[in-house]
Amino acid sequence: MKVLVAVKRVIDYNVKIRVKADHSDVDLTNVKMAMNPFCEIAVEEAVRLKEKGVASEIVAVTVGPKAAQEQLRTALALGADRAIHVETDERVESLTVAKLLKGVVDEEKPDLVILGKQAIDTDNNQTGQMLAALTDMGQGTFASEVAFGEGVEAGEVRVTREIDGGLQTVALKLPAVVTTDLRLNEPRYAKLPDIMKAKKKPLETKTPEALGVAVSSGLTLLKVETPAERKGGVKVGSVDELIDKLKNEAKVL
Amino acid sequence: MSILVLAEHHNGQLAAGTAHVVGAAQAIGGDIDLLVAGENVGGVAEAAARLDGVARVRVADNPAYAHQLPEPLADLLVALADEYSHVLAAASTEGKNVLPRLAALKDVSQISEILGVESADTFTRPIYAGNAIATVQSSDPLKVITVRTTAFDAVSEGGAASIEALDYIADSACSRFIGEELAQSERPELGGARVVISGGRGMGNGDNFKLLDGIADKLGAAVGASRAAVDAGFVPNDMQVGQTGKIVAPDLYIAVGISGAIQHLAGMKDSKVIVAINKDDDAPIFQVADYGLVGDLFEILPELEQKL
Repeated sequence: MKVLVAVKRVIDYNVKIRVKADHSDVDLTNVKMAMNPFCEIAVEEAVRLKEKGVASEIVAVTVGPKAAQEQLRTALALGADRAIHVETDERVESLTVAKLLKGVVDEEKPDLVILGKQAIDTDNNQTGQMLAALTDMGQGTFASEVAFGEGVEAGEVRVTREIDGGLQTVALKLPAVVTTDLRLNEPRYAKLPDIMKAKKKPLETKTPEALGVAVSSGLTLLKVETPAERKGGVKVGSVDELIDKLKNEAKVL
Repeated sequence: MSILVLAEHHNGQLAAGTAHVVGAAQAIGGDIDLLVAGENVGGVAEAAARLDGVARVRVADNPAYAHQLPEPLADLLVALADEYSHVLAAASTEGKNVLPRLAALKDVSQISEILGVESADTFTRPIYAGNAIATVQSSDPLKVITVRTTAFDAVSEGGAASIEALDYIADSACSRFIGEELAQSERPELGGARVVISGGRGMGNGDNFKLLDGIADKLGAAVGASRAAVDAGFVPNDMQVGQTGKIVAPDLYIAVGISGAIQHLAGMKDSKVIVAINKDDDAPIFQVADYGLVGDLFEILPELEQKL
């Protein structure tokens, strides 16, 4: 079984963001970048499927500028067999990314596509669902478990999903799209020898034009602002004082 | 303009968030229809028809929609979307599952989790875990939008919308429902509760969350948790409040043994009043709390329960 795993280069999750002075966007100059945490979980899941003998080949794909190849090398170091870089310097929104990934899916014909449920920069949570729609596949979003084999029918994947009220399990016909939630797995770190080996693994570059996709957008980013900061209040000295304040000052009891 | 709102329902009950989404639809302006899709959802449709500002409730009552699977639901929405300028749903796990699928099938962008309506085509939304707020304008003929329900007031009840049956049956062979494990609780749901009390890693273990239960019972509160408490295995993930869990904005939020990581603050900082109970005087949670109490939660919680 072939698994396609999509990754995104984003600001490192530990970095405190700054909004540009002209409010045009968040300032990413000289900021540490990394693989989106949910994408790390997606790569890890693909690698585990290969270790279990379910997957035979893992292809990592990203859409973004030249620098995003760094994240593809990380995916290769973690266990992907080869990588595809769809190179564009433009701001690409979820629908465009989904169209570009569809182009890659049409060429690669994977049995399973794994993506992170959302990127921690735009927080859209759309691309996997959109890719599933465009390729007419079933979708298992916010996965906490991805199962093949025992108890699962041949030609299907069973996905347990994190939903608001608890967990939901669905069976999807392959090929299918899965997006990862936090509890699916704990990603490993790449080992130094694997990082060295990853430099020799194949990495192919494609253009949006070659995939027949026009990079366009139905959305214009008008401005970006820093949210109003919440001010800290007072420390109280006892439970009695707390109850008194909540009753008589805040009036919420 | 005309707006279609996807109603959300669980166990035959209209979800509280739907009235907030109708509130967002009113902020956009125009005729508002509600879509209720499911199996045996007559009661839900009646409840939906009572929401103020709703012109018409359209009901797709069929086993095909029984479990709100996104594939048939998106197909149904596609069949209806051409009649509307906007399609809205709550930014719940259900809305987030279905609406991007609809948007892609209609070849339009989707706008996630709006916080505000500037005009019929311009909206504000959080990015970078709420550490920045983006204003985005859509030039698409159809606006497909998920709504952060805590950012909009719910409409009240008192309406009498017409109810109309739809006979469109979507057929999706690519997925099927296997089962569900839903948390059983007598308490209000986290997203809609007036009071929320959450525990963090400081609770020490899952058993100690019982200390929160008694207070929650007295206050009619929902019980939540930080990601640290979930990751430590104290409580299930559906209790998680934060960027990677549920976003809440109750009248009163009580954070117990929670240090106040950015990712937790992103999920609760819009609460009206925040109380923090923590033994660490320097915990970042105190920087956002209206009332802070420094001390041992194992002494404070029983005292609080007794005195409430």
